[in-house]
Amino acid sequence: MSLNVAQGSRFARILSVGSAIPSRVVDNEEMCTYIESSDEWIQQRTGIAERRWIGEGEDLESLSLAAARIAIERAGIEASSIDTVILSTVSHFDQTPGLAPKLAAKLGATDAAAYDISAACAGFCYGIGQADALIRAGAATNVLVIGAETLSEMINLEDRSTAFLFADGAGAVVVGPSETNGISPVVWGSDGDQFEAIAQAEPWPDAVASGNKGVLTMQGQAVFRWATGFIADAAKRTLDAAGVTVDQLDAFIPHQANDRITNAMLRSLKLPEKVVVARTIKNFGNNSAASIPLAMDALLASGEAKSGDTALIIGFGAGLVYAGQVITLP
Amino acid sequence: MATTEEIRAQLADIVNDVAGVPVADVQLDKSFIDDLDVDSLAMVEIIVGCEEKFGVTIPDEESKNLKTVGDAVAFIEAHQA
Repeated sequence: MSLNVAQGSRFARILSVGSAIPSRVVDNEEMCTYIESSDEWIQQRTGIAERRWIGEGEDLESLSLAAARIAIERAGIEASSIDTVILSTVSHFDQTPGLAPKLAAKLGATDAAAYDISAACAGFCYGIGQADALIRAGAATNVLVIGAETLSEMINLEDRSTAFLFADGAGAVVVGPSETNGISPVVWGSDGDQFEAIAQAEPWPDAVASGNKGVLTMQGQAVFRWATGFIADAAKRTLDAAGVTVDQLDAFIPHQANDRITNAMLRSLKLPEKVVVARTIKNFGNNSAASIPLAMDALLASGEAKSGDTALIIGFGAGLVYAGQVITLP
Repeated sequence: MATTEEIRAQLADIVNDVAGVPVADVQLDKSFIDDLDVDSLAMVEIIVGCEEKFGVTIPDEESKNLKTVGDAVAFIEAHQA
């Protein structure tokens, strides 16, 4: 007996992007009412001037839906033609079920395969890797990939080395079949030996019992070292896997972890000055899985980048995990 | 093997690249933090840069001891392949 084999599209690309940010602006002045620090120190060490936190009536679900609705509308397709929904988040506090099925239903992506993934700040690029593979394998046609976080609910406001970093937001893309290739081979991996480098200080049951949800911890220097060394090299490997040189790049959209990491990667990659570099961390902080699609949307909205441009994206974070691709911007 | 002066000069290029410190200021007796105004994140980048440039491994516990340019040059001299 022989079983049928799915036939996928030869190529996939990102059809559209949308994003949503919470309304509440928390600037460094307000941050310094919670922790002993200064605007100058925070900006000098991270490039962050202000960040967004959810306020009244906003949550992970509302941000995800808002970003997704924009992406679907811009893709010019009906929500019902989305057959897979992937949500990347580390701030959905129900262990089960995942949030993606609920999002699919609310968006009108009826009967879509839907699941959450946990790959922290690399989650968006993990999702893009999956979407590309699913479409080319014939397991999906139109995939909605959402990166969304409400890290403000996990911040330890007594930790003056991390409290100012983390923020909330959502970004979404629709990935679909294409006649030309718009997503390069994913370069990804993990280093679980460093699982404690960015982690929860305690499991949720303990945190809930103690009434303290501020569990995010980070070994800043270890992460900075990994990001400026190993991840900068992974960015080079991503370009090599894509068959793209730095001269052919139009935009560089790294996960917005810290502007100093972005600068170090720029030096290591030796990107020409004409390459547009995402620096949305200044106004949005580090919102993990949301940061790359948010930055992508912002660069397109400002006109700094345009549809059809070639962009290097790379996410890296808790795990430690990382993933990168070269993409054609929607 | 590179001489002390060659290592110092290459290290000075890294410090200049990372932290914008003039190459001429990066002398053996200078403290990275107190004299050259290199902060802790820049110091991490300098360590990573040295590992790449000189082919040495500088563990975190060791990097804490590299307070002056001379400390770093001596470490590299002792550990270069």
